[in-house]
Amino acid sequence: MQLSGWGRYPSSESRLIEPATQGVVSEQLAALRAQSSCLISRGAGRSYGDAALAPVVLTSKHLDNFIALESNQDGSATLRCAAGATLDEILRLIVPRGFFLPVLPGTAHVSVGGAIAADIHGKNHHLDGCFSEHVESLTLLLADGSIRECNRDKDRPLFEATCGGMGLTGIVLDATLRLTRIAGPLIDNRTYIANSLQECLELFAEHAAAPYSVAWIDCLSSGQHLGRSVLFLGEHSQVVPDKKRDRSRRTISVPFTTPGWLLNKHTMNVFNTLYFKRQKMRSEANLMHYQQYFFPLDAIANWNRLYGKNGFIQYQLVLPEMSAAQGLTQILKKVSEAGKGSFLAVLKQLGAANNNPLSFPLAGYTLTLDFKMEKSLLPLLNELDAILTDHGGRLYLAKDARMSEATFKAGYPRWEEFMEIKAAVDPDNLFTSKLAERLGLSA
Amino acid sequence: MNIVIIGANSAIAKASARLYAGQGHDFVLSGRNAAALSELEADLKVRGAGRIALLPLDILNTHEHSVLVDNIEQACEQIDLVLICHGSLPDQERCESDFELVQQELIINGTSVVSLAGRLANVLKKQQHGTLAVVTSVAGDRGRQPNYVYGAAKSLASTYLQGLRGRLLPYNVHVIDIKPGLVDSPMTAQFDKGPLWASPEQVARKILRAVSKKQHTVYAPGYWRLIMFVVRSIPDFFFKRLKF
Ligand SMILES: Cc1cc2nc3c(=O)[nH]c(=O)nc-3n(C[C@H](O)[C@H](O)[C@H](O)COP(=O)(O)OP(=O)(O)OC[C@H]3O[C@@H](n4cnc5c(N)ncnc54)[C@H](O)[C@@H]3O)c2cc1C
Ligand SMILES: NC(=O)c1ccc[n+]([C@@H]2O[C@H](COP(=O)([O-])OP(=O)(O)OC[C@H]3O[C@@H](n4cnc5c(N)ncnc54)[C@H](OP(=O)(O)O)[C@@H]3O)[C@@H](O)[C@H]2O)c1
Repeated sequence: MQLSGWGRYPSSESRLIEPATQGVVSEQLAALRAQSSCLISRGAGRSYGDAALAPVVLTSKHLDNFIALESNQDGSATLRCAAGATLDEILRLIVPRGFFLPVLPGTAHVSVGGAIAADIHGKNHHLDGCFSEHVESLTLLLADGSIRECNRDKDRPLFEATCGGMGLTGIVLDATLRLTRIAGPLIDNRTYIANSLQECLELFAEHAAAPYSVAWIDCLSSGQHLGRSVLFLGEHSQVVPDKKRDRSRRTISVPFTTPGWLLNKHTMNVFNTLYFKRQKMRSEANLMHYQQYFFPLDAIANWNRLYGKNGFIQYQLVLPEMSAAQGLTQILKKVSEAGKGSFLAVLKQLGAANNNPLSFPLAGYTLTLDFKMEKSLLPLLNELDAILTDHGGRLYLAKDARMSEATFKAGYPRWEEFMEIKAAVDPDNLFTSKLAERLGLSA
Repeated sequence: MNIVIIGANSAIAKASARLYAGQGHDFVLSGRNAAALSELEADLKVRGAGRIALLPLDILNTHEHSVLVDNIEQACEQIDLVLICHGSLPDQERCESDFELVQQELIINGTSVVSLAGRLANVLKKQQHGTLAVVTSVAGDRGRQPNYVYGAAKSLASTYLQGLRGRLLPYNVHVIDIKPGLVDSPMTAQFDKGPLWASPEQVARKILRAVSKKQHTVYAPGYWRLIMFVVRSIPDFFFKRLKF
């Protein structure tokens, strides 16, 4: 069947295997090995580009069982679950019990396997690091069919390569996650307005102690308003709502692909201006349910269809602290000049890099831009790549659909180290994706 | 509640059990794959289930059905809900030349359901209490070219339930026929999915609602009631030419 990532670009013809049990995963892997047929794992398909695309794709959709929830004496807890469990299901389980996931992305609909493979980061990266920092252990099915448990004490290099390794070291079967304690489901949310990029970066620095922080940038503004933005800060509230019930929202859905022109320059312009005004009025503190705070886009199921049938590209870059202001200014200028401003532009401060060879975050700022896919877009992105590389930055593999091998290797200097670890456990490159082929991670 | 589930490893049963587990109920689970049953047990425990008993069985061993029902009775004092969910979607083309396969499919989707529903109905009748919910299919509403063996077996089960419902009425036992449409589960892994497809969780929510509201025949999702009304209304001379 035709398969694609969340950005609906690119797509490829894939045979989809959906095992109902771990036993079947092993059987299928053995059969594929016997035919020397490559495969890649897929979780919830929320990576944007081609990370979970290959001629044979094995999904963890039905492998989503919880294994054990254990409370520790210090008040924390651990959850062991199969890799297909989504963060949404986990939160529904643990929030009413007073626990929370230490790292959350912008959608709850990602699997634990996908969160590990992309080593995802959240609005608290500057304090709490990546998803893998809170993974105690994981169970990996290797190319030779053996099952290996790895963590920081056992098989550490393999553990570190798997976290951020985009499914190329093996199939994550299950993982043990550390949970944090919370008083209730509410988030104390404060908003600040920044009239320029510089102001925004200053606000981030000023509020570095805030647990959660993220800024939305009006991408179409230029001149002295370049980078005007709204900064959202958040922390877990001690207020416990009267109703014990988890206040889950109803979602509306975009049932069909809408024509691409719906999101042309004009509508995006209107959207950005409206959004900006609304944020301006809401500049005080208020309480929000965690779902509204962390996953505003989840309220519209399949919002990715709004970009039309050609799909879209999400371009997420990180620039080191030192060169961030300059690099971001150049990039925002280019985007604003091109008039291809995005529906969403998100800026976030990141903390120090961890020791995983392919994890994306490094100390600095990450900017995320959405672009409707069209032919003229690719040259613009190549220009942005050049600025990025010049400033010592890199792109996030979970979002990437098009960067060149050279851009990748410049941004991820530890790629060779990763390939050595992969070669030791997967000498025949049984685990290969379109992304891996494109970036030279499959030779 | 004491909830008995046959075919507990099926995606739809699993999704239903998970919703019930969150409410703290007790379970007796039967399914073919013992390892998968144990995984489900752990999962339901994490979600808040109370006591859980596992009774693995290949439903094709019909001579063991009575033992299974005895064991179920022993595992719980009173049964509040029985959910029968096992099933299999055969390759229609193979069925055309392989009567052994047809017979096996008729057992899995038809007579085994009758055997287990009938036996468990007698237990509920004795108790004068309980709900029996069986997952059949919209395929049972009319024989269609691509799956009429499956459809025939499912309609056997549905027809049986219609009579059983009346028989049990005086004994405070309620019978529900759940007819899912297209569900994205391991059974349908090889199909391309479109907008009419539902998730096992959506069907599970329908099942819980049907049980609490004592509904009779439930289409899941609800729009299948309308679709199947139309499908049943098409005259034969035209219907025979349709290949869907
Ligand atoms: C609206 C939205 C907001 C987002 N916000 C953020 C954010 O704030 N921060 C962030 O870091 N990311 C974010 N993301 C990206 C997302 O978190 C990652 O792409 C994540 O990997 C998606 O998980 P998935 O289960 O959908 O994986 P998929 O997209 O299915 O796969 C992603 C990668 O994981 C691998 N993989 C999946 N399962 C396994 C397994 N069991 N074993 C081994 N490898 C596996 C695949 O091979 C692939 O390389 C966002 C995505 C969306 C759609
Ligand atoms: N999916 C659909 O589109 C759809 C539509 C309408 C109706 N239904 C019905 O919904 C019910 C649940 O199906 P599902 O969609 O959840 O699919 P599923 O996950 O494949 O479930 C089918 C279950 O039936 C079990 N089973 C098959 N043969 C068996 C046997 N001989 N002994 C014991 N168990 C056996 C399977 O056991 P194993 O796990 O051991 O294989 C499996 O757990 C079925 O009755 C199905 O006919 C499904």
